[in-house]
Amino acid sequence: MIISRRFVRVWQRNLTVYRRIWHISFIPPLLEPVLYLLAFGVGLGALVGKIVFEGGEYSYSQFIAPALIAITIMYGGFFENTYASFVRMYYQKTFDAMLATPLRIEEIITGEIVWGATKSVIATALMMAVISLFGLIRYPEGLLLLPIALLGGLAFGSLGMFFTAIVPSIETFNLPMFLAITPMFLFGGTFFPLETLPVWAQKAAMALPLTHLVVLARSFSLGLLDAHLLVSAAYLAVFAAVFFPLAVVLMRRRLIK
Amino acid sequence: MAEGSVIEARGLKKSFGDLVAVDGVSFDVRRGECFGLLGPNGAGKTTTIRMIYGFSPVTQGELHVLGLDVRTELRRIKYRLGVCQQEDNLDPDLSVEENLAVFARYFDMPKAGAKERTRKLLAFIGMDHRRRSTVDELSGGMKRRLMVARALVNDPDLLILDEPTTGLDPQARHQVWEKLEELKGGGLTILLTTHYMEEASRLCDRLVIMDRGRVLVEGEPQKLIRERVGKNVIEITHPTAQQRAMAADEKLDHEDLGHRLIIYFQDGDETFRRIGEACGVEGCLLRMATLEDVFLKLTGRELRE
Repeated sequence: MIISRRFVRVWQRNLTVYRRIWHISFIPPLLEPVLYLLAFGVGLGALVGKIVFEGGEYSYSQFIAPALIAITIMYGGFFENTYASFVRMYYQKTFDAMLATPLRIEEIITGEIVWGATKSVIATALMMAVISLFGLIRYPEGLLLLPIALLGGLAFGSLGMFFTAIVPSIETFNLPMFLAITPMFLFGGTFFPLETLPVWAQKAAMALPLTHLVVLARSFSLGLLDAHLLVSAAYLAVFAAVFFPLAVVLMRRRLIK
Repeated sequence: MAEGSVIEARGLKKSFGDLVAVDGVSFDVRRGECFGLLGPNGAGKTTTIRMIYGFSPVTQGELHVLGLDVRTELRRIKYRLGVCQQEDNLDPDLSVEENLAVFARYFDMPKAGAKERTRKLLAFIGMDHRRRSTVDELSGGMKRRLMVARALVNDPDLLILDEPTTGLDPQARHQVWEKLEELKGGGLTILLTTHYMEEASRLCDRLVIMDRGRVLVEGEPQKLIRERVGKNVIEITHPTAQQRAMAADEKLDHEDLGHRLIIYFQDGDETFRRIGEACGVEGCLLRMATLEDVFLKLTGRELRE
């Protein structure tokens, strides 16, 4: 697989488009955490009380704020490289046009995935700004959320691109949404601690990439640095290292005939 | 390879599983000429040019573009190609101007050079006033002209056009032709696929007619018409038995389509006069032979779907 830094050209194309509509893309990451924190943190939090995480006691808002960031990272990479990439590939024939230039399919797919991860990082930075106003992120540890957004974005972007390479139509994305993304959203240690689940379910949850992303985001937000976080980071890295080449190979098979 | 050949294809083959789309095609495109690939739908034209610009890997055979082997030096080739694909794949997320500028970036052109090139090309296609429009706001003809401009952004040594005027109204088509003639006049080598015979006659210096993945005939349009059909054609609608018999008895080069009899001949209007004297000119039309006659004669008249 030959991937040169020409993938930046594809990334730049997406950035050019993004700059036309940035004001629309900026609103959800700024507004969403506020809505969630009001509904869950203030509303539900009153019923929940304190939550124990890694031996410490935290408010429900402190507990879910980093999970909201992790979910945004997942969505950033996954949606960009499923629906948005599919539209470019299938309806707009953008990849076909690129393939008539010096760009190769490997560079196009890499540029797309790195762009998805970039959107994860942008959204994370915006959310961090808002959540910090509530005093829910500890610094400087919290700054580690940014590289984690890049890693998580690459992992979920590769997963998304993998599906884009194999789905027959855009409606088919409902399947991975329903079977993978929604279960992770609910059971990835996001809104309640995994310890409340039966042991088998806890083990199953540890196989989900979002679970690891949530652990990392939460630990960094709360300022808890620990060696076992390396396992979660390694899990995401391996996940990306598996799905990224898989996505490229399957995409090549889909487009080059 | 032959001196001055921009494309040299030898025994070029492309199969998709059991389907052989291109079956041993050979041709040369010389520097500075406009070369046409003609053929009915499914003849293998698009597959052939997709191999030339590296979209489809070659199954078998030799293919050199700009003196370089497509198998090993594709990237170097692609830097020097301009490709105008059949489907409109302009970037709808970008403005007219950005479409060119972003494409220039794919060719690693420096920003200042790209800006200057964009300005020149928009002037060339007469679209300076639309530079901030989005692609969706453009007419079909404008989109095509922009596709051509985009293919020229890297100042290519070879311009490849896949059915550049399909779906355009006559006005828009003539505008595209004028632009292509200007480019040709400037010495640009052009490879063109089309199934409009008028387009091929007007633009192509030489051409091949393909069918079912093979080259049927190669040559200059006027020469092909003279050699394969003749100078003139008589079309007789609802021919009488007498007219049919005359065509057969005199061994005239003809096609009998039932409700229509087509006679090809070389001798000006001499044959037309004789038929008129013998059988009357009712329903007879005398016209110049065209490339379309060659095309239909060679590829047959049944529908391709």
